[in-house]
Amino acid sequence: MHDSAVEIAEARREKLGARIYAGRPQVLLERSLLAFKNSVWIAVVSGFFEPVLYLLSFGYGLGHLIGKIPLQNGMIVSYAMYIAPGLLATSAMNGAIYDSTWNVFFKLKSDRIYQGMLQTSLGPLDVALGEISTALLRGFAYAIGFMCVVVPMGLIRSWWSLLAVPAAVLIAFGFASIGMGITSCFHSYQQMDFINIAMLPMFLFSGTFYPLTVYPGYLQGIIKSLPLWQAISLVRDLTLGMIGPGVILHVAYFVVMICFGLVITTKRLTKLFLR
Amino acid sequence: MEDFSQNPVLIQAKGLSKRYGEFVAVAGIDFEVKKGESFGFLGPNGAGKSTTMRIIAATLNRSSGEITILGKDPEKYGPEIKAHLGVVPQTDNLDNNLTVEENLFVYGRYFGLSKKFINGKIEELLDFAQLVEKRSVKVETLSGGMKRRLTIARALVSEPEILMLDEPTTGLDPQARHILWDRLFRLKEQGVTLLITTHYMDEAEQLCDRLMVMDKGLIMAEDSPAGLIKKYSTREVLEVRFGSDRNATIAPELQKLVERIEVLPDRILMYADDGEAILHLLKEKGMHPITSLVRRSSLEDVFLRLTGRTLID
Repeated sequence: MHDSAVEIAEARREKLGARIYAGRPQVLLERSLLAFKNSVWIAVVSGFFEPVLYLLSFGYGLGHLIGKIPLQNGMIVSYAMYIAPGLLATSAMNGAIYDSTWNVFFKLKSDRIYQGMLQTSLGPLDVALGEISTALLRGFAYAIGFMCVVVPMGLIRSWWSLLAVPAAVLIAFGFASIGMGITSCFHSYQQMDFINIAMLPMFLFSGTFYPLTVYPGYLQGIIKSLPLWQAISLVRDLTLGMIGPGVILHVAYFVVMICFGLVITTKRLTKLFLR
Repeated sequence: MEDFSQNPVLIQAKGLSKRYGEFVAVAGIDFEVKKGESFGFLGPNGAGKSTTMRIIAATLNRSSGEITILGKDPEKYGPEIKAHLGVVPQTDNLDNNLTVEENLFVYGRYFGLSKKFINGKIEELLDFAQLVEKRSVKVETLSGGMKRRLTIARALVSEPEILMLDEPTTGLDPQARHILWDRLFRLKEQGVTLLITTHYMDEAEQLCDRLMVMDKGLIMAEDSPAGLIKKYSTREVLEVRFGSDRNATIAPELQKLVERIEVLPDRILMYADDGEAILHLLKEKGMHPITSLVRRSSLEDVFLRLTGRTLID
């Protein structure tokens, strides 16, 4: 005898938040894995190569001209070693953003997948968590892939580097959460271009390729408030073994970002499909 | 005609209304749906049918009034209500990235059903939807009729007590419509309660035990299809055309011959129990229509009588 759909729903009646959460975001991951199997997976794999290509071209090509980089704590590192953590953070971000913006937008508007999900006993928080987890998994996969390249190349200085992988997951979670939150507020394809407009400069100017000290003070302050700088600093602190209170602050930044994104996404899905 | 009046009430609405600012989509309606019954909402676009359906399906909150589905208020017990219902929305929302079979599978998982149960159910549903050969095909390659059948099969994966179909055959070709009606009829025979919205008269007559005619958010009438025709129309209708110029001028003459006429832009409808007799009478009086047609009254005539408008503008 199996539990019927009604019995399953009734069992959750008294649970906290039963109207927005059915306690099974993992079913969205199951769906994502099936969709991934059927999709053009080359598009996903290409996301792994992007940072590796940047590392080879900038780190080794440009790195020959640049030479060594002195860090604030007096440590001197090669240019490749300097940009590797930045690229790791960026690839975690890109993986998460791709899944949580364009993919989400298609499911929201043209395929109406979320409408279909929310006509079942799933809640908007299940959908938000499930989709964000999908994006997070991609960020995680990219981080692992990148580590497999940089460790043999000797670009890692410290055992703390192992923590760069969970850090990348946290970063991906943060970006996915905000990405889905923002996307769920958009109405047209044109608005989606705002995301591209925001992403590229952030990637180029957030200290991926050079230290922020080249900027005047006020500009440094602005950049430090951006999530990608937070992400890069977190990973760089870990891979280069610069452990201090800064790490905690970066982590806190992402925890806030995750919560904020989850709240927006859940509210928007409720407004769109369960008014 | 089967009698459902003694069956338990599954859905009960009292003074149900939905407003969007100034606009009133549903204007305080009362209705009851009994177990096993096939209940239709008939009306033109914008009549409030889909809004009513969404309120029942717990995806839209009402503005005022009461509604219970199996005794539960959808605003309090949304997830439970949704577990009781199978929903077939007006526009397909199948998962285009997945195959036919996977669509059924993940949908069952959304309800939290076990993999083992769903896998057993899939065989039964593919057979029902006549999609066994298409099981491993991606959904986007299916025809419109197949997609509709899959959407219905998907709605059945959770074994719902009530199946809700919003305009189930809109946009389908006649053959696909008939296949779909046949499938829905089988469900009805199995005792599934059907809730259907449509603006097609033939569909309402084919599928519904009882109908609620809606217009501008209000219920205009409620009865069985035959009962509605009996109450609001004559047995037969004589359709005559005198050419668009003469239709209006000759109308008062025609009015004297039957109890009711309707003047449409291209033709005049004359309501009578014996259409042929009236046609004879016309010819005896020297009025020779360019074309004439005697047909049985349909729900279209009921709607015209109730609202003064045709259903499909």
